[in-house]
Amino acid sequence: MSHTLLHNVLIPFIKGLVTVVAVGLAAGVLTWIERRLLGRLQIRKGPNRVGPQGFFQWIADTIKLIFKEDIVPSRAEKALHLLGPLLLFTPAVVVLGLVPWGPELTLFGVTTPLHAAADLNVGLLLILAVSTIGVYGIILSGWASNSKYPLLGGLRSAAQLISYEVPMGLAVVSAILMSGSLSMVEIIEAQRKAGVWFVFPGLIAFFLYFVSGVAETNRTPFDLPEAESELVGGFHTEYSGFRWAVFFMSEYGNMISISAVATTLFFGGWLRPFPNVAWLSFLDVIPAFFWFSGKVFLFLLVYIWFRATFPRYRFDQLMALGWKTLIPISLGNLALVAIAVLWGAAGLKVLGAVLVLLVAAGFFAVWRRPARPRSSTTMASSNVEVRA
Amino acid sequence: MSEPTPGTVAQFPPLAGPPLLGLHEMELNFGPQHPSTHGVLRLVLKVDGERIVSARPDIGYLHRGTEKLFETETFPMVIPHTDRMDYVAAATNNHAYCLVVEKLLGVEVPKRAQYIRVLLDEMQRISSHVLWLATAAIDLGAITPFFYTFRDREVILDLFEEYCGARLTLNCMRIGGLPVDLTPGWLEKVRAFTEPFEKCIDEYEDLLTENRIWKERTVGIAVLDEKRCIEWGVTGPVLRAAGKAWDVRRALPYECYPELEFDIPVGKNADTYDRYLVRVAEIRQSRRIVLQCLDWLEKNPGTEIRGKVPRVIKPPAGEAYASVEAPKGELGFHLVASGGNKPYRLHVRPPSFINLQALPEMAQGHLVGDLVAVIGTIDIVLGEVDR
Amino acid sequence: MTDEKPTSPEIPSPAPARPAPAPPAAAPKPAAGRLLPRPPPRSRPPLQPLRSRPGRNRPDASGRPLIASLAAAVPGAVLEAYEFVGETTVKIAPEHLVEACRYLKDKEGFTYLVDETAVDWKDRQPRFDVLLLLHSFSRGQERLRLKVAVAEGEACPTVTGVWETANWMEREAFDMYGVRFDGHPDLRRILTWDGFQGHPLRKDFPIEGIDTGAAIYPDRYPEGGGPGPKDTNRKVLS
Repeated sequence: MSHTLLHNVLIPFIKGLVTVVAVGLAAGVLTWIERRLLGRLQIRKGPNRVGPQGFFQWIADTIKLIFKEDIVPSRAEKALHLLGPLLLFTPAVVVLGLVPWGPELTLFGVTTPLHAAADLNVGLLLILAVSTIGVYGIILSGWASNSKYPLLGGLRSAAQLISYEVPMGLAVVSAILMSGSLSMVEIIEAQRKAGVWFVFPGLIAFFLYFVSGVAETNRTPFDLPEAESELVGGFHTEYSGFRWAVFFMSEYGNMISISAVATTLFFGGWLRPFPNVAWLSFLDVIPAFFWFSGKVFLFLLVYIWFRATFPRYRFDQLMALGWKTLIPISLGNLALVAIAVLWGAAGLKVLGAVLVLLVAAGFFAVWRRPARPRSSTTMASSNVEVRA
Repeated sequence: MSEPTPGTVAQFPPLAGPPLLGLHEMELNFGPQHPSTHGVLRLVLKVDGERIVSARPDIGYLHRGTEKLFETETFPMVIPHTDRMDYVAAATNNHAYCLVVEKLLGVEVPKRAQYIRVLLDEMQRISSHVLWLATAAIDLGAITPFFYTFRDREVILDLFEEYCGARLTLNCMRIGGLPVDLTPGWLEKVRAFTEPFEKCIDEYEDLLTENRIWKERTVGIAVLDEKRCIEWGVTGPVLRAAGKAWDVRRALPYECYPELEFDIPVGKNADTYDRYLVRVAEIRQSRRIVLQCLDWLEKNPGTEIRGKVPRVIKPPAGEAYASVEAPKGELGFHLVASGGNKPYRLHVRPPSFINLQALPEMAQGHLVGDLVAVIGTIDIVLGEVDR
Repeated sequence: MTDEKPTSPEIPSPAPARPAPAPPAAAPKPAAGRLLPRPPPRSRPPLQPLRSRPGRNRPDASGRPLIASLAAAVPGAVLEAYEFVGETTVKIAPEHLVEACRYLKDKEGFTYLVDETAVDWKDRQPRFDVLLLLHSFSRGQERLRLKVAVAEGEACPTVTGVWETANWMEREAFDMYGVRFDGHPDLRRILTWDGFQGHPLRKDFPIEGIDTGAAIYPDRYPEGGGPGPKDTNRKVLS
């Protein structure tokens, strides 16, 4: 009785609560990290006044946003307008609940697997299904605002999110093929058995997954639904106060969940690098949870790095990239992985080795490329000439 | 994802078929409060989905009656008003106005003052182009160049401040010359900024020139060929990017420009990307001119900074027009004097205003996302458009 | 078409609205600071010895080949031509303006319309001058000013058919002076708003501006002139 109560009610409740709170906190801290890191990348300082290194800036911002007036446009579809942010935020949290953050945790004599919800045998499928719901949040909040710019933002996001779910799903299928399971824990275990992370044989799949993930989270260079310089604020133009903050929390929550799923599928989840190589076992001093969150954190840094580097795509280019580039590549990749899986364990190793060599060769070629000629006018001197 | 080629982008045929939901076009109000209209430009767009069917600029939100004010001030008192038109390039505004009054008066400006004027002009051109680069990049979602360019613009503004006490509205020229001579040590500071500045330009280019997405967003966008440019009276980098090597500094030389060595960068494809390249190349050329002015000024010390100007400036009655190559194009002042001590009529030929006229033609058929690139590529300052 | 009547009908001596202010200081005196080198003692320049005082001399330019061929090609167009501070100005009869512009653009290469604007000579008849400044790339960067006198209430022919860029310039001249341009495709106000009463750059428009209630109560404000003479909202120069 008490066992049932503990394991079926109390612990899931606590874990769920921790997840929700953790997403909120992580989103806050992530804004601080993003602003500081962007500052470093953009030769400026970033927030540095509130607390040490400006760390409490995000708390101050949160407090400000909570106390700001929550304006609902008078002609808005009120119920949907209020529902929009929640529809976006919930899937981000649910996905994080389905990802295992570590093998097992023993606390106060109670041992429990380290994910909020159960390890479902269709876990990956559920993740894909749930994350699809997020698009409704954006479309509905764009439409319910009854304003033209949010409407355009909502339309953009509808097309964008649905388009990029296809290459994303196909990339995930490669991981499923390699592991033979839909369960997140078993995918990680399969990587332990295979001896390497799936990122090597699934290099293309990982690339596709991550690029689609950036598009799914509306981050630069795919931030068209909220393109500030074009659509003012896109789908959240008419939101203010804490509802607006919820949009931001969901964006960061989605970033974390995309990174967490990428870590699980391709980077061995909580496993250390080369989990079967004995002499690397000193790496085990770092607990599994930290391996996992460290990898997630690295992905988040890449997101921020992207933001500092890339301009924004235009809408037709975004669609062309999704449908004409990513989907054909993902189909080809799927065939490649399927052949390798049919071949057996050796097939995956060969595929991984070939891909890694190709990438290394590519980097080498870029590195050895002769320096761009710098003329006195511009670097692309072919387009511009000078006339005295 | 093939290499973007010019002329392949976004020239859509008209929509065929029955209208969706009984709706072909939506009217979209773009501005005057919009993050990327560079001020208070308002565009009334007709969009079909995201495709722009027509764009109609609506200006005047910043109209301050500057030309009326000109008529109420004596000739020297007009100069501060000119600062407030193209407020990111005040020196060239001052310069154009001083030139037209000097033309009517027949005053000759001392050589030293000419070089200092050109030095200020070219520094102003650098700062204006750099500001354009920052805003045009941020419009397309590239936020990082903004901070690199502002780092350098800040130094130029500091130098202006040291010379004339103002950073933005410089009021740094007088009829017949300059208000004050150079501060001791100022030339060295300018040199200390200008010589390593080449590396900073390389940094901007590293961020953008070969950036794939930047090219995809700018190549083939807002094409306006040479013929249409001239028809619309469009001048400045937009005209030069269309392949016409026309620059007021060379075509109708003023001050000491004939003695200076510089080139006119010319583009080929008349699109946004070429305009970007032309402007970057112009920054490099301006740097060249600044260095030459520094050399001259260091070799020829002196104190003569104003020509022989009467105490009461009363130009003879008649019309005169003088123009300079402002960062945005030909900036001219059309002065009609009646023999009094105030301009009877002083009309400005603002390059932003004239160039903005071509916007509907440039924007048509593009997507809403390109519209910000189109607005950015013209390089308008609404203070000058509306006056 | 001689140059013997230089300024009289052309430029009325404007009665200054108030006594001319004290002669403006030619340049602000630099504050006596250590950083600034002391300016050399400025010799007070007398008014006369300016090397060239144009204005008195506006040589007739109607003999120049360009003007002569224009006069030959469009008979009756050229009323007067003179040079002044190195610029050539041609007075054109309004009814021949478009024809002359067309000729100058197509035959003489004046493809670039630099500027078009208007000037209000309040006490003169006809009241307005429309100035056009043309530029030719092919004739060695030559510039030419055309001048058309337009009476109040009369319309000036539009040159938008010749240069498209004249569109906004003419709209601005219309907005600021109320000069109508006949045949203009889109003659609306451009800098002030639709419904604004009066034309701000006219000499009789008060410098302080008008009560912008004019936009709301157009019936109180007569067309074209700002507040009426007895209107309490009218601000006039002292």
